Amino acid sequence: MTVHTASPQVKRAPQGRDASAPHPAVLLLRTLWARPAARKLLVLAVAAAVLGPVAAATHGSGTWPSAFTVDLTKPLTGASDWIIDNRDSHWAFLYFFGHISGAIIGAVHAVYTVLLALGWAGVTAAAALIAWRVAGVRVAVTALASFAACGLLGMWVPTMRTLALMIVAVAVSVAVGALLGLAAGLSDRTFRALRPVLDTMQALPAFAYLLPVVLVFGIGVAPAVLATVVYAAPPMARLTALGLRATDKGVMEAVDSLGATGRQRLLTARLPLARRELLLGVNQTIMMALSMAVIASVIGADGLGDRVYQALSTVDVGSALAAGIPIVLLAIVFDRITAGSSTPRPARKLWATVPQGGTARTRTAATWAVAVLAVLGLARLSSQSWPDTWTVAIAGPVNTAKDWIVDHLYTGLPGIGGTADLAAHYTTWILNPLRDGLQALPWWGALLIVAALAWLIGTWRTALTAVLSLAAIGVLGRWELSMDTLSQVIAAVAVTLALGFAIAVPAARSPRVERLLRPVLDVFQTMPQFVYLIPVVALFGIGRAPAAAAAVVYALPAVVRIASEGLRRVNPGAMESARSLGATSGQQLRQVQFPLARPQLLLAVNQAVVLVLSVVIIGGLVGGGALGYEVVFGLAQGDLATGLTAGVAIACLGLMLDRVTQPTKGARDGA
Amino acid sequence: MAAAAALCTLAAAATTACGAADMTKQASPYAAAAGTKTVTLSVQSWVGARANTAVAKYLLEHELGYRVDTVQVDEVPAWDALSQGRVDAIMEDWGHPEQEKRYVEDKKTIAPGGDLGVTGHIGWWVPKYFADAHPDVLDWRNLNKYASQLRGPESGGKGQLLDGSPSYVTNDKALVSNLGLDYKVVFAGSEAAQITQIQQSAKDKKPFLTYWYEPQWLFNEVPMVEVKLPPYTQECADKGAKDPSTVNCAYPTTPLKKYLNADFTRKGGKAARFLKNFHWSKADQNAVAQMIAEDKLSADEAAKRWVKENPEVWKKWLQ
Repeated sequence: MTVHTASPQVKRAPQGRDASAPHPAVLLLRTLWARPAARKLLVLAVAAAVLGPVAAATHGSGTWPSAFTVDLTKPLTGASDWIIDNRDSHWAFLYFFGHISGAIIGAVHAVYTVLLALGWAGVTAAAALIAWRVAGVRVAVTALASFAACGLLGMWVPTMRTLALMIVAVAVSVAVGALLGLAAGLSDRTFRALRPVLDTMQALPAFAYLLPVVLVFGIGVAPAVLATVVYAAPPMARLTALGLRATDKGVMEAVDSLGATGRQRLLTARLPLARRELLLGVNQTIMMALSMAVIASVIGADGLGDRVYQALSTVDVGSALAAGIPIVLLAIVFDRITAGSSTPRPARKLWATVPQGGTARTRTAATWAVAVLAVLGLARLSSQSWPDTWTVAIAGPVNTAKDWIVDHLYTGLPGIGGTADLAAHYTTWILNPLRDGLQALPWWGALLIVAALAWLIGTWRTALTAVLSLAAIGVLGRWELSMDTLSQVIAAVAVTLALGFAIAVPAARSPRVERLLRPVLDVFQTMPQFVYLIPVVALFGIGRAPAAAAAVVYALPAVVRIASEGLRRVNPGAMESARSLGATSGQQLRQVQFPLARPQLLLAVNQAVVLVLSVVIIGGLVGGGALGYEVVFGLAQGDLATGLTAGVAIACLGLMLDRVTQPTKGARDGA
Repeated sequence: MAAAAALCTLAAAATTACGAADMTKQASPYAAAAGTKTVTLSVQSWVGARANTAVAKYLLEHELGYRVDTVQVDEVPAWDALSQGRVDAIMEDWGHPEQEKRYVEDKKTIAPGGDLGVTGHIGWWVPKYFADAHPDVLDWRNLNKYASQLRGPESGGKGQLLDGSPSYVTNDKALVSNLGLDYKVVFAGSEAAQITQIQQSAKDKKPFLTYWYEPQWLFNEVPMVEVKLPPYTQECADKGAKDPSTVNCAYPTTPLKKYLNADFTRKGGKAARFLKNFHWSKADQNAVAQMIAEDKLSADEAAKRWVKENPEVWKKWLQ
């Protein structure tokens, strides 16, 4: 990973060189030209000086000119009507989409039936067994406790539904992702074609996908699985490609010299060597899929997500939490299992010490057989669902606690009045001026600023993508709304970064702080964003302030984690020499740690932007307005024209923000 | 495309012949998993609708031996899901003429299920404590006088008219502009957010003006009084049907209706008959809704209590 991708060195013939001494201005220009960043800015400044007045003269300096917009309402409404009218008669639906939908429903049904047949004891035992064999005793205990907790919370059946859906969605995502990754890993051309697509898909808020899928497949499990696959397959594809391409040249030559065929090379050398990346890909795919569990409930995914969604509509945070915790637990169990399988296992040694006859292979087979029999036996003994009497109702106490906190914070914060005042100040003094400022920006000015930011930290390609994305928003006629959303994102990102870096510094210094923070961060990161929405409304009222608060809470863990990791990894030698030179701890931080951790810190910024955007969009559900509201409106009214246009605008905004903050390609893969 | 290819292989494996696969015949994968008869009900996001579903579910399960799944979907997508057979019934509909024409009259995939017995009314409301202090706020002509007191951080210097979920029927933007009011419509984005905001304002006895509707359990907790808008007329309604931006009168009073999937009405047996017979009063619905939303009982528990106390109401539905 390079810290800074320098622009290609362009050799230019120095202009106006003659015998006389150069003019001071020329000298200044020449020194500036020597610095890549300044050179880029200079080019843009010239472009601005030439194009700005022209654009201003022909199309004004206000918002995006109406001459450049395309109204898609008519064709989109037409398309939507056509689909609804022909959905049960046209061949494309009967012979293509119908089979896709049927296969998904069949697969989920099959998995769900198996889970029900295993019963609660069977499922719990099977999970613990798999965890033990794959990742060791500690993970097995975690799995056991987690599944028991799902049952105790009274969420057994929804958990099984979500599990069935997740198993199918993850299997399809991994298959699709691995195929795409294989293609991209083996062919340079495919890799080049695929990379921007994958990059884009990872920057998109999931909410934007839902409407088109619903239109074709209707409400239900099939569209939910498909939306999840679209969201969760890219990391698998990306990491597979990365793993295959990173294979050691020496090993490949050795394999070649042994006369291996292309297929042998792939199966015996490249794939095994890429094992770590492949497993990381599976891990990332599972995490992404689980984070869709609640969002997909908006289009009828059922299971835990639907419980969260239903609880929130009665303003019942306690019940939402009771359904949210199993999602977190599932995520933790899956994460530990897949992460554990890529590291050496102490469990296997433990297993091998058990005195038994036969070869290692038959011994393993025998233990598996015994284990499977045990699971089946438990399945026969236990009932299908968790016993009703063994549940603990946490909703009541949680709601009481929430009410107490809200009552005390809403007006009674010392010094600043209360969260309600805080929200009002944030809206009036930060969001409104920022939004008005962005909306008042001349359209060509906004394009130039984006170009400058993207070019400074990236290449001319990323700059071009960013500018084109922003222009596309204008063409779609969503300029003003997007500027509103953008202002919310910028403000929330600023808050997130300030808080995140403030927490990351002590976490990087003290292992104890880090250990204390870690589980908290884990939980906050995997908890579905929807769970935060109602408490923030209670605290901050409706509007853009609660959306920002939810976004900060959601994005903070990733920022803290990446930033503290970056700071901690700073070369101890550099720190030591700084200390020996008598640098104070503040100086060390500013002059050694921050500069050396720059790539990680930039990555944290990039993540903050992507995560904040995804929540600001969901903020449409709590009065955040702008693009998020349009998507919510489109989904609620089945209005493809509004929803899809807003969805595309969000996608463009996400792409633009990602390009403007993404310094190095592929840096996110490691995180 | 690889996705399509992979899925096609899967599809070929799952179905013996590669014939037509009608999506409208595909039920939920969770339905009938344990070999029971299953009914799927759509439950909308507002609590009144949840009360209908909760009681229907309880009776279907305990009196008729069905398994009931509920799925939360917004109103318009729910019509679509109903026509596809993904859900079997919508228990409370506030009038969707466009969908009615498309699915009931033209495609005949949805059948009317009769009246729910409750009439719904949409309007603008202020809290009682505010109306008591300023009785003249109850006439729309005086609303501008109070705009400065009803300001919010999102209303940009104007008075704030709080609207709820984008899925609800609303003419508020047109009303504000056609009646010349100094207000801005602020969308809470979801009913949950709107209710939370109303409760929070009521706690501090702050004034507010909100789009709201009857029947609604929240009236028991936060008493509100309706602001009189220009009376509803047929002429105004016809004009509004053509161009929604011209509406300048109050909302009508709507008898709430049930709708069933057409196939389900034919083959649904006892369950379909029961759902058609389901008919109760505003007081009944509110009683259950309040247990769910205010007393935080589970929907099932609330339904159980109501069913225990009101056998004379529901015994008739089982015939």
